[in-house]
Amino acid sequence: MVLEVDGVKLETAPWDPRFPNTNQTKYCYQSFLDYQRCKKIRGEEFDACQYYKRVSKSICPNAWIDKWNTQIEENRFPGNI
Amino acid sequence: MTWLKLSFQNSNSPLMEQLIFFHDHTIFIIIMIMSTITYMMLFIMNNKFINIKISENQMIEFIWTTTPPIILIFIAMPSLHLLYLMDEIKCPILTIKIFGHQWFWSYEYSDFSNIEFESYMMNDLNKENFRLIEVDNKTIIPFKFNIRLLISSDDVIHSWTIPSLAIKIDAIPGRMNQINLFMNRPGMYFGQCSEICGINHSFMPIQIESINLNKFIYWIKNF
Repeated sequence: MVLEVDGVKLETAPWDPRFPNTNQTKYCYQSFLDYQRCKKIRGEEFDACQYYKRVSKSICPNAWIDKWNTQIEENRFPGNI
Repeated sequence: MTWLKLSFQNSNSPLMEQLIFFHDHTIFIIIMIMSTITYMMLFIMNNKFINIKISENQMIEFIWTTTPPIILIFIAMPSLHLLYLMDEIKCPILTIKIFGHQWFWSYEYSDFSNIEFESYMMNDLNKENFRLIEVDNKTIIPFKFNIRLLISSDDVIHSWTIPSLAIKIDAIPGRMNQINLFMNRPGMYFGQCSEICGINHSFMPIQIESINLNKFIYWIKNF
């Protein structure tokens, strides 16, 4: 559901059938990983990559994203990008 | 003190209304059972006669074995219905991330801008404040919309609770827990940490300010 009021677009990560439970930890990790993979193949400006970026930003705690970005910079991120 | 404190707080979400109905329904059944049992016990205790027909009476054995499961079905069906309804998430327009800390809550609104704030218990006592329940930075949430709450923790297990909205969900470090929030009307709603989390467990209250969408957008723009 997207709602636009006074120039502010209210849009958030949709319900994902892969993660139907209360625990959404994997939704966060998976969308972050998808964004990194997408970025690697298509580049940051690609539209579909922006979707994953938005979802991971909505679902992941900012502290986790910062931590993972540092790990990627220092080449010690455990995920398979 | 008012009589309200003996019962639930006024409900502010459809789910809490249903939970109150379910509570009343169950209490009604319990009272019926309790009064029947009490009557039967008093009757037997005060009766000097021994009924010859009570032993080897297949019919009465059959009835008092089959009725309890049937009564239990009438409690279990609405209970399960509500249990699964509480897990449901319905196309949210907003995601709010909530983190428990020792001993305060912090909030992140990161769908459109990067709003982050911490909410501590208000310490100064005056006539305008509620003691031990008011916070310095209130959580502003629009009413009549489905909101996704994601709850996590930075240190130990906490629990984020708003009784009038039927929300109680544990904040577990390293895990994001999701719950749906829908509010019927504007107002202030209060809650407290519900998982013993250390020495100041009682002093990390939760305060929600429910406002309409336009005011919410105004708040976002001017944060």
